[in-house]
Amino acid sequence: MNTARKKRRMWVVLLCAIGLGSATALTLTAFQDNIVFFRSPSDIMADRPGPERAFRLGGLVEAGSVERLPAASGQLPTMRFRVTDGVHQVSVNFQGVLPDLFREGQGVVTMGRLTPDGVFRASEVLARHDENYMPPEVADALKRAGQWQPALGPAPAPATWNTMDPARPASQGRTGS
Amino acid sequence: MIAEVGHFALTLALILAFAQSVLPLLGAETRDARMMATAAPLALGQCFAIAAAFACLMYSYVINDTTVMNVVQNSHSAKPLLYKITGTWGNHEGSLVLWVMILALCGAAVSAFGRELPSALKARVLGVLGLISLGFLLFVLKTSNPFDRVWPPPADGQGLNPILQDIGLALHPPLLYVGYVGYAVTFAFAIAALIEGRVDAAWGRWVRPWSLAAWSFLTLGIALGSWWAYYELGWGGYWFWDPVENASLLPWLIGTALLHSAIVVEKREALKTWTILLAIIAFGMSLLGTFLVRSGVLNSVHSFANDPERGMFILGLLMFYLAGAFLLFAWRASAMIPTGIFAPVSREGAIVLNNLLVCSITAVVFVGTLWPLFADSMFGLKVSVGAPFFNAASFPLVVPLLLAMAAGPLMPWKRAALAPLVMKLWWCAVLAFAVFFGALLLSGEKVLPAVGFAFAAWVIGAAIADLADRTALFRTNPANAWARARGLPRAAWGAAIAHAGIGIVAAGISGMGLAQEKLVAMAPGESTMLAGYEWRLEGVRDVEGPNWTARRATISVIRDGQVLHVMEPSRRWFPVARQNTTEVAIRTNLLFDLYAVIGEEDTAAGQAIIRIHFNLLAPWIWLGSAIMALGGGLSLSDRRVRVSAPSRRTAAQGAPA
Repeated sequence: MNTARKKRRMWVVLLCAIGLGSATALTLTAFQDNIVFFRSPSDIMADRPGPERAFRLGGLVEAGSVERLPAASGQLPTMRFRVTDGVHQVSVNFQGVLPDLFREGQGVVTMGRLTPDGVFRASEVLARHDENYMPPEVADALKRAGQWQPALGPAPAPATWNTMDPARPASQGRTGS
Repeated sequence: MIAEVGHFALTLALILAFAQSVLPLLGAETRDARMMATAAPLALGQCFAIAAAFACLMYSYVINDTTVMNVVQNSHSAKPLLYKITGTWGNHEGSLVLWVMILALCGAAVSAFGRELPSALKARVLGVLGLISLGFLLFVLKTSNPFDRVWPPPADGQGLNPILQDIGLALHPPLLYVGYVGYAVTFAFAIAALIEGRVDAAWGRWVRPWSLAAWSFLTLGIALGSWWAYYELGWGGYWFWDPVENASLLPWLIGTALLHSAIVVEKREALKTWTILLAIIAFGMSLLGTFLVRSGVLNSVHSFANDPERGMFILGLLMFYLAGAFLLFAWRASAMIPTGIFAPVSREGAIVLNNLLVCSITAVVFVGTLWPLFADSMFGLKVSVGAPFFNAASFPLVVPLLLAMAAGPLMPWKRAALAPLVMKLWWCAVLAFAVFFGALLLSGEKVLPAVGFAFAAWVIGAAIADLADRTALFRTNPANAWARARGLPRAAWGAAIAHAGIGIVAAGISGMGLAQEKLVAMAPGESTMLAGYEWRLEGVRDVEGPNWTARRATISVIRDGQVLHVMEPSRRWFPVARQNTTEVAIRTNLLFDLYAVIGEEDTAAGQAIIRIHFNLLAPWIWLGSAIMALGGGLSLSDRRVRVSAPSRRTAAQGAPA
C-alpha cells in the first residue's frame, strides 16, 4: 500500500516535471521569436530599428495627414498617414481596410516594419472598441514626449501638435477642434 | 424614484449578504442549528433584492430616464427597445449588477436544490457565497453605482457603443457570467471542505454538477463571443489571442481540469487536495478575468475607457479571496487523506495527464497574457505578445492532450493494460492517417491543417469507439447493443459527445487554416475570383436604419454562370456615437462560409474596397463548441446527479463505483 503510493507519487512528480519543463521551454522559445516591442515616433528617431524587425508604432494620427495614394486598376489603394507623438512624426503606409474607429486625431497602434526609406509599412492597424479609449502605450508615448499631462485634462487636439512647443505643457496650448 | 428604489434594494442586498457571510459560518462553527438555518432564507432574500435592483435599472433604460447617469452615458431614446433592454448590462455598472445577480441566483439555487446537503456544509457554502457577494456589492456601491443621478438631465443620452448593439451582446455576457460565477460555487464548496477538513465522494458528487454547469455555460459564452467577433468585427478571424479572450480561456482551461479531477474524487476518492486547489484557482482565474476586463491594464480590443480605482478595488478583492483561500489551503490541506490508489496506466492516470497538460497550457497562456504587464512594471518595457506566441507555445501541448483524451475514457479505473486499448483504438489511428493523407492531397500539401484534421478524426473516432465499446456494438447483436445504449448513463453519453465536440472544433480550426481571403478595390460591375467563385460587385446604395444610416453593397457570387448567392455587406454610420460599424454578409452551408465585408469607398474613382473570405469549416468551430456544451448538459441531466447525493454515512462505508 505504502510503496504503491510512493511509486504513484514518483510518477506524478516525474510527469509534473516533464509538463512544467516543456511548458517553460515552449514559453521561452516562443518568447524569443514573438515578443513585439512598442516604439513611439521619438523612439524611432533616437534609435532606428532595422527593416527585419517587426514592431508596434503608436501615437496620434496627425490631423490632415490621411491621404489615399492613387492605385493601379485592380490594385488596392494604399492609405498614407502620419503618426505623431507631438515631437516627431513617422509616415505610415497601409494597404487594406482601416478599422472602423480609425480617425484623424485619435490614438492608433500599428504593427509592421520600418522600410529603409524611413516609411513605416504597416501590416495591421489595430481597432478599438471605444472612441474615448487611448491605448496605454500611446498615452505613455505622449507623456514621455512631454505633450500631455493627463492630470491637466484630455489629450490635446492633434491639429496643434506640430506647432506646439514641447517645453510647454500641452493642455495650455490646446485649441478646440 | 425608481432609481432610488434600485439603490435601496442594492444596499439591502449588501446588508443581507453581510448577514449571510457571518451567521451561517458562525452557526456551523458552534453547531447552532438556528444560525445555520438562516443561510437559505438570507440567500433567497439577497437574490430577490438584487433582482429588484436589476429590474429597476432595466426599467430606467427602457423608459430612457435621462436623470440616471448610467442611462445617459450608455443609452439613447432612438435605440431599438431590444438594445435598450440588453444595454442594461452593456456597460461597466450594469454588467456588475448582472454579475452579482447571477451570483445571488446561484446561492438561491444551492439553498433550493441543496436540501439533501449536510446542514453544516450547506451553511458554510452559503456563507462563503455571501462573503463573495458582499465584496462585489461593496464594489458596485462604492465605485460603480449604476443609480447615480444627474441634474439637470441632458436632453438625451449619449448612446450605446454601436458595436454592442447586437443580439450577440444580449447573450454573450450573461452566459459568460454564469460560467464565471459557477466557479464561485465550486470555490465555496472547496472552502467549506477545507474548513470541515473533509472531502469525500458525497462532496465530489455535489461539486461535479456545479463545475459541469459552469463549464458548459463558459463554453457557450466563449464560443458566442468568438462568433460575435467573427461576424461583427469583420476581421474574418474567430480568435485573436486578445488578453480579454485569454482571460475567459484561463478559467475554462482550469475548469476543464476541475471537471475531470472532480470525477476522480467522486468515483475513487483520490486527487482530493488537487481538486480543491483547482476549484480555488478556477475562481481565481474568473476574478482575474473580471479584473483584466474591468481595469483595462492590458491593451485589448475590449479595453473601454476606464477608471484605475475600479481596477485596484477588484485587485483587492482578488487578493483577499485568493490569499484567504490559499492560507486555509496551506493550513488544512494535509487533513485530506486520499483513500483510492491507482496505477499510472489507468483512467485516473489519464485524468492526471489531462490535468497536467491542461494546466501547462493554462500556464503558457497565463504567462503570455500577463507578460506585457509584468515587463512594463518591472523593466519599463512596452511589449506585446500576440497570436504567434500563443500558437507556437500552446499547440505542442494540445497535441499530446488530443492523443491522450482519446484513450482516457476507454481505460478502466485503478489499473489498465495497453493491449486492449490498442485493440479498441487501432481503427481510429488508421482513420487519422487516412484523413491526414487525404487532406494533404486535397489541400495542396499544407501540412499543419492536415495534421489538425488527422487529430480531429482521431478524437471523433475515439469518442465513437468509446460508445461502441460501452454498448458492445461489435461484440453482440444490434438489439442487445441498442438495449445497452439505452441503459448507458447519460454521463457516459455526455462525455463522449463533449469529446467529439472537441474533435469538431479541432476540425473547424484546421479548416480555418485553409481559409482564403482577398482584398480588392472594385467598381460596380467588376468582379474578382476567389475559391472558384466569381464575386461581382453589383452596386452600392444608401440604406436608412432606426438610429443609423448605411452604405450597402450588393455582391453576386457566381459559379458556372449561375448566381448562387446575393450578399449584402454594409457599413453603418451611427450619428449619435459618430462611429462606423461593419455589417458582414455571411452565407454558410455548414461546410464553409462565404464572407464579405465592405470597407471605405473612393467616390472619386467610383470604387469600394471589398474584402472577401472563403472560410472552410468555420461553422464547425461554434457547432463543435455547442456540442461540447450539449455534452456537458447531458452529463448534468444524469440520473446520478439528479437523485440526491448519498449521505455521508453510506459514502464513508464504501465508495460507490
